[in-house]
Amino acid sequence: MSEATAPGVIQDSRLRANLVGLQTLVIKEVTRLLRIWPQTIVPPVITTTLYYIIFGKIIGSRVGEMGGVPYIEFIVPGLVMMSVINNSYSNVVSSFFSAKFQRNVEEMLISPMHNSVILLGLMAGGMTRAMLIGSIVLLVSMFFVETLSIYSIPLTLSVALLTAALFSIGGFINALLARKFDDVAIIPTFVLTPLTYLGGVFYSIALLPQPWETISRFNPIVYMVSAFRYGILKDRLSPELIDINIGVAFAAICVFIILLFSTAMWMLNRGIGLRA
Amino acid sequence: MSRSPSALEIRNLSKTYGDGTEALQGIDLDVEDGEFFGLLGPNGAGKSTTIGIITSLVNKTGGTVRCFGIDLDQDQAGVKQQIGLVPQEFNFNQFEHPLQIVMQQAGYYGIPRKLARRRTEKYLRQMGLWDKRTTKARMLSGGMKRRLMIARALVHEPRLLILDEPTAGVDIELRRATWALLEEVNQQGTTVILTTHYLEEAEALCRHIAIIDQGRIVENTDKKSLLAKLNIETFVLDLQSPAPADLGLDGYHHCLTDATTLEIDIARDRSLNDVFYLLSCQNIEVTSMRNKANRLEELFVNLVEPNKDLKGQS
Ligand SMILES: Nc1ncnc2c1ncn2[C@@H]1O[C@H](COP(=O)(O)OP(=O)(O)OP(=O)(O)O)[C@@H](O)[C@H]1O
Ligand SMILES: [Mg+2]
Repeated sequence: MSEATAPGVIQDSRLRANLVGLQTLVIKEVTRLLRIWPQTIVPPVITTTLYYIIFGKIIGSRVGEMGGVPYIEFIVPGLVMMSVINNSYSNVVSSFFSAKFQRNVEEMLISPMHNSVILLGLMAGGMTRAMLIGSIVLLVSMFFVETLSIYSIPLTLSVALLTAALFSIGGFINALLARKFDDVAIIPTFVLTPLTYLGGVFYSIALLPQPWETISRFNPIVYMVSAFRYGILKDRLSPELIDINIGVAFAAICVFIILLFSTAMWMLNRGIGLRA
Repeated sequence: MSRSPSALEIRNLSKTYGDGTEALQGIDLDVEDGEFFGLLGPNGAGKSTTIGIITSLVNKTGGTVRCFGIDLDQDQAGVKQQIGLVPQEFNFNQFEHPLQIVMQQAGYYGIPRKLARRRTEKYLRQMGLWDKRTTKARMLSGGMKRRLMIARALVHEPRLLILDEPTAGVDIELRRATWALLEEVNQQGTTVILTTHYLEEAEALCRHIAIIDQGRIVENTDKKSLLAKLNIETFVLDLQSPAPADLGLDGYHHCLTDATTLEIDIARDRSLNDVFYLLSCQNIEVTSMRNKANRLEELFVNLVEPNKDLKGQS
C-alpha cells in the first residue's frame, strides 16, 4: 500500500501522528495529576510551608542574615528547587510505574508512537507538576518574606524547567528499572533526599570547611540550586556566597539531560523493564 | 496485477525467555488477507507469546514477521499501525473510564481528537458501553471489560485484529453476541486472528485453524479439511459390571467416564471386532454402544496427547 505514497508524505504523516500522540499523553498526564491533587499537590505545599515556618521564621530569626539577605530569603530558592526536584521525579516514577504495574503501558507499546514521544509525554507531566508546585511554593513564601524580588525571570524559569526535565527523566528510568512498588522509593530516599539536603538548599557550600566544600562540588544538585538562587538573588547576595559560575551550571545541567535522555531512549528501544 | 500480500507471514519464529523457557521453537504461519484464523493449543503452548511478538510486546529470539508485506524489523511503526490487539488479560488503567481509555488509544495511533471522539462513540455504542462511558473501568463487569478492550482495539480501524481469548469468562449469550460482532468485522474486510480454548468457538468462526503445542505448529489447515481428516471416532460403551483396572486395550486411546461407561477412540480403518475380542478376553460384557459426535475437540486431543506422553517419559 505504501508503494503509491512517496516516502516524504509518509514521514510527514507520521510526524503529525506522533504530535497527536504527544498531545494525547500530555493531556493524560496533566489530567492525572490534577485528578489526584490531594496526593500530588497538597502534601508538597504543606511540607514547604512547614519549612518556611520552622527554618525561616523560628530558627531563621536566630540565624540572622546570610550573605547579606535574611536567612528565610536565602532558603526560599532552595526550597523551590527542592520541590521542583522531588515533584518532577515522583510524578514520572509513580505515573509510569503504575502504568507498567497495571500493564496499561501496553497501550503505548503496541501503538506506532515513537519511543521519544512516550518519554517526552511523561516528562511533560513531571515538568508541569514541578512548575505548578514550584510556583505555589514561591507564592507561599510571600507570606514569610518582606519583599520577593526576582533578579531574572528568564534565568530562574529556565533553570527550573531544565532541572524538572532532568529529574523527570530520572524518574522515568527509575520506573523502567523498578519491579515492585518498593523500588520506586529507593532512589528518592537514598539518593535524592541526601543530595538535595547536602546540595545547598539551607546553606551556601562556601561556608563548608574543607574537604566538604570540594566534595560538595561533585553533587550535581549544588549547581541547580545555586543557579536558581543566582537567578533570584544575584543582585542582593554577596558574591562570595554565589557558589557557581552560571554558565558552567547551565552547561552541566544540559549535559546531564542529554546523558539521561539518551540512556532512557536506549532502554526504551531495547525494551528494558518493559518487554520480555 | 499484484496479489495482495498476506496479512501475516511468520517464518522460523523462535522465542526463549530470560529464564530459559523455549516458548516458540521456530514456527511458520501464514494468514491470508481477509481470513478468519484460529490459533489453538493447550495452556502454555505459545499462543500469547506469538501474539506478543507480532504486537511488539515481546522481543523475539529469531525469525521474521511480516504484516501486509511490512517487515517488523524494518518498520515496526508501520506494522503496529496495521494491528489492533485484544490481549488475554485486562490491561487498562482501572481508574480511567471507557471514554478516556478509548480516546487515548486513538490518540496514540495519531488520530486527531475530533475524529477520535466520533470513532470512540461509534465503537463504545457498538459494544454496548456508551451508557457506561464515564464509569471507572474497575467498576465494569468482566464481560464489559472484555468489550471495552475490543472497542479500544478497533478505534484505529486496523486491517488485522488479533484477539487473545476474547471470550474467556464471558457468559454464553454475550459470547454469541461477540461472535456475531467479530463476524461482522471480518465481513467488512478486517483479517481476524483469534485464540480460544472453546473449540466450538473456533468451529463456529474460523475458516482456517492452526494448532500449536509446546512451541511448535502441529496442525495448520482450513477447517473443512481438518474436520475431514478426522478419521477417529469415539464410541461410548456401557458395560454390564464395573470394569477391572486393566482393560487390556493397549493401543487404543480410552477412558472410563464411570465404573461401567467406557469411551474409546477407534480409527475408521480398524475393525470394531478387534475391540470386542479384546474386551471378551477380559470377560467384559458390553450391553450397549453408541458413537459420540466427532468434533474438533477429539482431534485436538489426538494431536496434543502424543506430545504429552513424550513429555511424561523424559
Ligand atoms: N514472561 C515470561 N517469562 C518466562 N516464561 C514465560 C513468560 N511468558 C510466558 N512464558 C512461558 O512461555 C510458554 C508459553 O506461554 P504462552 O503464554 O505463550 O502460552 P499460551 O499458549 O498463551 O497459554 P494460555 O492458553 O495458558 O494462555 C509457557 O511455558 C510460559 O510459562
Ligand atoms: Mg495465552
